[in-house]
Amino acid sequence: MFRDAWLVTKKDLLIEMRSRILVNQIAPYTLLILVLFGFALDADTETLRDTGPGLFWVSTLLVAILAIQRSVDVETSDSAIDRLMLSGISPTSIYVGKTIGLYIQLIILEALLFVVMVVLFDLSVVNYPLVVVSAVVTTLAISSSGTLYGVIASGLGVRETLLPVLFLPVLAPAVIGATRAFGDAFGRVNADGWAWLGLLSVIAIVYTLVGMLTYGNILEDT
Amino acid sequence: MVFLGQFPALTGATMNIRQGEVVLIKGPNGAGKSTLLRLCAGLLPMRSGTGTVLNFDLRTQRMELRAHIGLLGHRTGLYPDLTVNENLKFWASAYGANNVEIDKAMSFFGLNDRLGSVQVQNLSEGQRRRTSLALLLIKRPSIWLLDEPYAGLDSNGRELVNSCILEATQLGTTVLIASHEIDKIGSTQERTLLVKGGRIVSDNEEDSEG
Repeated sequence: MFRDAWLVTKKDLLIEMRSRILVNQIAPYTLLILVLFGFALDADTETLRDTGPGLFWVSTLLVAILAIQRSVDVETSDSAIDRLMLSGISPTSIYVGKTIGLYIQLIILEALLFVVMVVLFDLSVVNYPLVVVSAVVTTLAISSSGTLYGVIASGLGVRETLLPVLFLPVLAPAVIGATRAFGDAFGRVNADGWAWLGLLSVIAIVYTLVGMLTYGNILEDT
Repeated sequence: MVFLGQFPALTGATMNIRQGEVVLIKGPNGAGKSTLLRLCAGLLPMRSGTGTVLNFDLRTQRMELRAHIGLLGHRTGLYPDLTVNENLKFWASAYGANNVEIDKAMSFFGLNDRLGSVQVQNLSEGQRRRTSLALLLIKRPSIWLLDEPYAGLDSNGRELVNSCILEATQLGTTVLIASHEIDKIGSTQERTLLVKGGRIVSDNEEDSEG
């Protein structure tokens, strides 16, 4: 299973390297969101610092929607999904491969977003391990559920409009947990970030398992 | 019976195809030819009726069947951002094929080194079709399902497709072709089905037996 999954991941990353949509379109959009938040919340850096963790994850979710739609488009634009289904690669391997591909892309975007946010909002990090681990776990929750909901929305034929409606509510608990964990890591809220990380881990594991178990059936119906 | 959404796309299809046969499926647009091929590929569920392809039940074993099927649909199923070589290598890895088989298929369909490094989105329709057909040679499935395989091909390309089909049938491959553009391939085991309004209305083998 992992050989096939890695094959799908490598293919998705190669497509991104060739098309450069992540670099040329999605990454600038990410930076633009943060800058606009900065303008909207005025130059009061204290407000920006307090809201920074939340803004980071909201921005990440908005960007994730684009990355998910792109990940689905790659398979559906010329019916490569049919060939993939006929290739003998199991749906679980396809799901795992696409989730890992999306995960790597989102982690790269988040790293960029993080650096810009720290500089722009003048934030100081007090707990780096908590930042790294909560980003790693939350991104798994986003990419695993995103891969699943991307294919659900594509089957309904109204992906662009329906995906955010389906996807964002599902991710709300993860965003709350991630914002709390980041708030603690930045020393901006009085919360136990590691306890929130426990919740995030459960969400990430459940979403991944649900995706692995149901992706094949959903693919059949789309 | 097969539905596409709420539309009953295939309502009456009874056929028995033997290994190594070449079956031409003819009929007007929207008759159900592509649906019939996708059903045989295990890509569409049957709402009612029974069907077996390569001893796999079309109701319960579609997933197991698919690895033995080669489908060339209206769209090529290639990744437009990748080069021809990258596409072929990815799919060859998925099929468990090696570089020798890739080179052989590329050379058969006239996909030279220069074309190999071109992104699929920059190829002509005919070149994309050839790349897609090369993948059938690489996969070597037991059944070929070809939906309008001659679309976008010049006369040389059409001859290549025909010789490829004949070569495959000599090795025992069964080939189903939905096409407006041909009446004959030249195989000794050739048969024609006519599909209209979601039903097989004529089968020249049954007609000749009857």
